[in-house]
Amino acid sequence: MGFEFDVSPGSGNPIFKQIADQVRLAVATGRLKPGEQLPSVRALAERLVVNPNTIAKAYGELSREGIIDGQQGRGVFITPPRQIYTKTERLRRISPLVDALINEGLSLGFSSNELVESLQQKLAKLTPGGGRKTL
Amino acid sequence: MSQYVIETSRLTRYFGPKCAVDQLSLQVPRGSVFALLGRNGSGKTTLICMLMGLLWPTRGSANVLGDDCRRIQPATRGRIAYVAEGHPLIDWMRVSDLEAFQKSFYPNWDGGVFRTVVEQFDLASNARASAISRGQRAGLSLAIALATRPELLVMDDPAMGLDPVARRTLLEAMILLTRDAGHTIFFSSHILDDVERVADHVAILDRSVLRVSCPVDTFRARVNRLTLTFAGLAPPAPNIPGLLEVRREGNELRLTLANSSAETERAIASLGAISMRESVLTLEDAVIAYLGDRSRQVSLLEKTREAGVIQ
Repeated sequence: MGFEFDVSPGSGNPIFKQIADQVRLAVATGRLKPGEQLPSVRALAERLVVNPNTIAKAYGELSREGIIDGQQGRGVFITPPRQIYTKTERLRRISPLVDALINEGLSLGFSSNELVESLQQKLAKLTPGGGRKTL
Repeated sequence: MSQYVIETSRLTRYFGPKCAVDQLSLQVPRGSVFALLGRNGSGKTTLICMLMGLLWPTRGSANVLGDDCRRIQPATRGRIAYVAEGHPLIDWMRVSDLEAFQKSFYPNWDGGVFRTVVEQFDLASNARASAISRGQRAGLSLAIALATRPELLVMDDPAMGLDPVARRTLLEAMILLTRDAGHTIFFSSHILDDVERVADHVAILDRSVLRVSCPVDTFRARVNRLTLTFAGLAPPAPNIPGLLEVRREGNELRLTLANSSAETERAIASLGAISMRESVLTLEDAVIAYLGDRSRQVSLLEKTREAGVIQ
């Protein structure tokens, strides 16, 4: 239960997405490990003072992606890593984000080297080696 | 049991020649936390007063928990709590008097909830309603409302004039009410960060007319903003289907759109911009786009710059 969520209303990112993103990142960097428990929908809604449906929506998304598993009455847990998408599907999902990064980056006047460098710096900041193999 | 706790059909109210609520058809799903948004004077309070049976419609109908709003039965009223604008209380009563008085009307009165909320707002039971702070008035109104364990809680701008701490406690109290499955909150507010936290449905009233009524996520998903860049000065914004708001600055044209369609895309493509980017909208941006004056293409700040008022 040590994981701290942090939501900020008034951002372009809806609250359910902020919560789902935080779990995804924490799992990818190894801060949340398989088997670890997340607060129940009700408990997290009360802790963060947000509508329970918002938490349920975030958990629903994570559960569909196979990142968490909600067992009725037992709680919500991080699942062991497993491959749910094919390589092609994963490429299809990441490609529009890469395109957006390149477009925005080049139109802001960065060189391709600078873009690659900033990406590498960000990645290096994440706990090395702690990530899931699936990501 | 109906799926909706509030249902109105072409609900209309005039004050003399002035139309305050215009043919409004609204459905509030059971179990939702439903936020009613709109500028001052857009008709929110008139709507709420009609729902509570305090004002009669000029035309149209409204039902609350299945009863016609003009004839809400006492038993139905006992399942509804209403927190009026400005938190009016019977000023000469003490906190304990108010509890005793209110309790007599409500068979499900929960003294534990009343005490917990009152303590959260640091209210002594012998404090007189006339002598407490604005935040405490809000707290006391809320305690009275929540202690009835209402199936439907209706609040007219409950956050008005509250400090950040009192406002957070108000939000906590709203989340607390959602512990009772199937209980509904219908409230008006101007504070969109609060709305984003607690509401799952939103309605927007604009100059007496209902313009939006849907889940918050649907609303956010269907409003988007594009910034077009032109080789020369940006052209004036033409008639684009779904256009909510336009801003022109130099060679840029910023369009905020609702329910973009193929027609919208065609109209935008025909403008001949050299580049286009989509930006992320906050809930507040999306609401302001709905409530702003569509004919006004420059902000106050741009206007003053153009007029040389402020450099």
